[in-house]
Amino acid sequence: MAKVLRADGMNKCIGCYSCMLSCSAVNYKSHSLEKSRIMVKTSGGIRGRFTATVCVACKDERACEEACPSGALEKRVGGGVLLNKDKCIGCGKCVSACIVGAVFFDTESQKPIICKHCGVCPNFCPHECLRMEEVEDDI
Amino acid sequence: MIYKDYKRVLYIDLSKEKIRIDLREDLQEYLGGVGIASKLLEENIKPDLEPLHEDQPIIFAIGACSSIFPVITKTVAMFYSPLTRDLGESYAGGRMAITLLFAGYDAVVITGKCRRPSYITIKSNDVEFKDARPIWGLSTSDTGRIIRERESGEGKRSILRIGPAGENLSSFACVCVDTYRHFGRLGLGACMGSKNLKSIVSIGDKSIDIENNKEYFKAYQTIYKKVTNTDIMGKYHDLGTSVNVLTMNEKGSLLTRNLKDNRFEHAEEISGEKFAEKNLIRKVACTSCPVGCIHIGQYRKQFDDGYDYEAISVAYDYELIFALGSYIGVGTTEDLIELIEKVEQLGFDAISAGVVLGWATEAYSNGLITNNETMLPLEFGNVENYIKALEYMGMNYNEFYKTLAKGCLTASKVYGGEEYAVQFAGNETPGYHTGYGSAVGHTVGSRHSHLCNGGYSIDQSTTEFDKEKLIEYIFNEERERCILNSLVICLFARKVYDRETILLALNSIGYNLTNDDLDHISDSIYKTKLRIKKMLDFDITKVKLPKRLFETDTSKGPIDEKTTYELISSYNEKLKEYMS
Repeated sequence: MAKVLRADGMNKCIGCYSCMLSCSAVNYKSHSLEKSRIMVKTSGGIRGRFTATVCVACKDERACEEACPSGALEKRVGGGVLLNKDKCIGCGKCVSACIVGAVFFDTESQKPIICKHCGVCPNFCPHECLRMEEVEDDI
Repeated sequence: MIYKDYKRVLYIDLSKEKIRIDLREDLQEYLGGVGIASKLLEENIKPDLEPLHEDQPIIFAIGACSSIFPVITKTVAMFYSPLTRDLGESYAGGRMAITLLFAGYDAVVITGKCRRPSYITIKSNDVEFKDARPIWGLSTSDTGRIIRERESGEGKRSILRIGPAGENLSSFACVCVDTYRHFGRLGLGACMGSKNLKSIVSIGDKSIDIENNKEYFKAYQTIYKKVTNTDIMGKYHDLGTSVNVLTMNEKGSLLTRNLKDNRFEHAEEISGEKFAEKNLIRKVACTSCPVGCIHIGQYRKQFDDGYDYEAISVAYDYELIFALGSYIGVGTTEDLIELIEKVEQLGFDAISAGVVLGWATEAYSNGLITNNETMLPLEFGNVENYIKALEYMGMNYNEFYKTLAKGCLTASKVYGGEEYAVQFAGNETPGYHTGYGSAVGHTVGSRHSHLCNGGYSIDQSTTEFDKEKLIEYIFNEERERCILNSLVICLFARKVYDRETILLALNSIGYNLTNDDLDHISDSIYKTKLRIKKMLDFDITKVKLPKRLFETDTSKGPIDEKTTYELISSYNEKLKEYMS
């Protein structure tokens, strides 16, 4: 069974950003908030609640994949997509296609930053705001 | 910079609206944080000019491995304190450290004065000077909201701001950082106010490649597990520091009614347990801290008959509860929340604000000041009047409140009552009246705070009073905290970051340090701080302590004035030897 990331416990989030820091370190070998595949922020300052923008692992039709002109995005088993950096031309069409806002863009490498549901961030979430969910293989 | 052999220092001249960047290899030997900030303060301070002169510098610095390891969350600010006229050193959590890290700066040196009320934004590719005239006079929360709506970098920025107290140059005005954190003590808010600087926004918009990811991430995981899977941080994660209220009360160390008492009959009603039961709504964290010690308490206040309510939510901690609670006879969490909110909006240091009100209340009851000065009766527990008094103080309403806003030592020199103005070298007392350790520790600490050397801790952990051991402990702790503050860890995590862990973290990102190196660094830093104090003519043997300290029992019973001064003198001898 495939697994996908779910950010459905965000009411418990304390805003420590450990998820973002660990994601960048593991996936991009970078100390960064910019290169994280998950984005936590507040709604209306720290008095507001924390929200997480994260790939929702679309099944069937993936808007980002459809928008990609070069075939750099391939359907991932269980939902979402996988990025083939070598095929990517950096046009950014996937960014605007994702209405969730979960496709970020790395201005340094000129490539999109897309969650591959690797499961690192939940391991560094102290309050289980994030979790991995087993889902049916869809392809 | 991490992975570089220099510190990247941003100099901002507010008068000329110019910036400069220096790559300082020589600062490497100070490690970071308080180390480099001390050095930069020493270079830039003007001992001959007043603390609020526009040529005085404000220094901010992050640590040698800020934000990339758990609970290394703080930024240090160093300045010439208008409150003590001595070294000013203050720490804030929130997001400032991570945003400066990703903006690409180890330290920022701000000098000069904006020609009109302004705020500045610091990004990796720009520093901008912006008009703040319309927000001059606004509360810290309104200022934060307006800037939040105007600026980019959502989720990756930090917003520092002052309130009316800072604008009106109260000597204990604080700087509010990201709503719930502060550069609280010693008057940094006044320093910003004197520069017409309402706010500083830093935006962390770049990344840093990791050089040895395997080693780094292994160290990161080890420390993350130590923080989250052990009991070390339990106190801070659970009830928070407010757990101290009942403990301190039980021991007879809870400063009550201007330290006329050491126990408060309503301690239970303002305890951490009571806050948790009645008011706690959530906890939040500084960026890169998985602990989440910031306890937010909410009070549902009815403002009209029927079902008309407003909600007030504030961050609470032990120090706020003692200063705005027992110290001024306030015995409910609701009243405390209202007072904290008022102090927050005006931009005062909550500890000093409570302690000066405590002094003023006693002076009022003794007839040293009357309604002619205060405009209303000041009585222990009278929250409504305290709120008005805070507003008067924030706006320099009259000569009395303007003087009171300079601290209780200054006010008592004008109106009398110096013997019960409870301060250490001008800095209002923190919430520990535990014995010789606290009294001496607060006096000889380089910033006159319990955060210097935790003298109270030795009172609490020892049964026998041994003068030499006490001096030795305070001295060693003062030195060790130079290392902790050069990282700049949150001191709540001081038991996480023992020497072994510090070396693990630093060496995983390319430092090549030994324990001896750390000793050497801590000496360099402590000596720099002592040189600054000397430059400002500060002498611990000239500090005059208030009689009240010796009139009210500590948890160890009474402390003797003569012995206290002897201990301070011994410490001074130790310093002389250390510096020779």
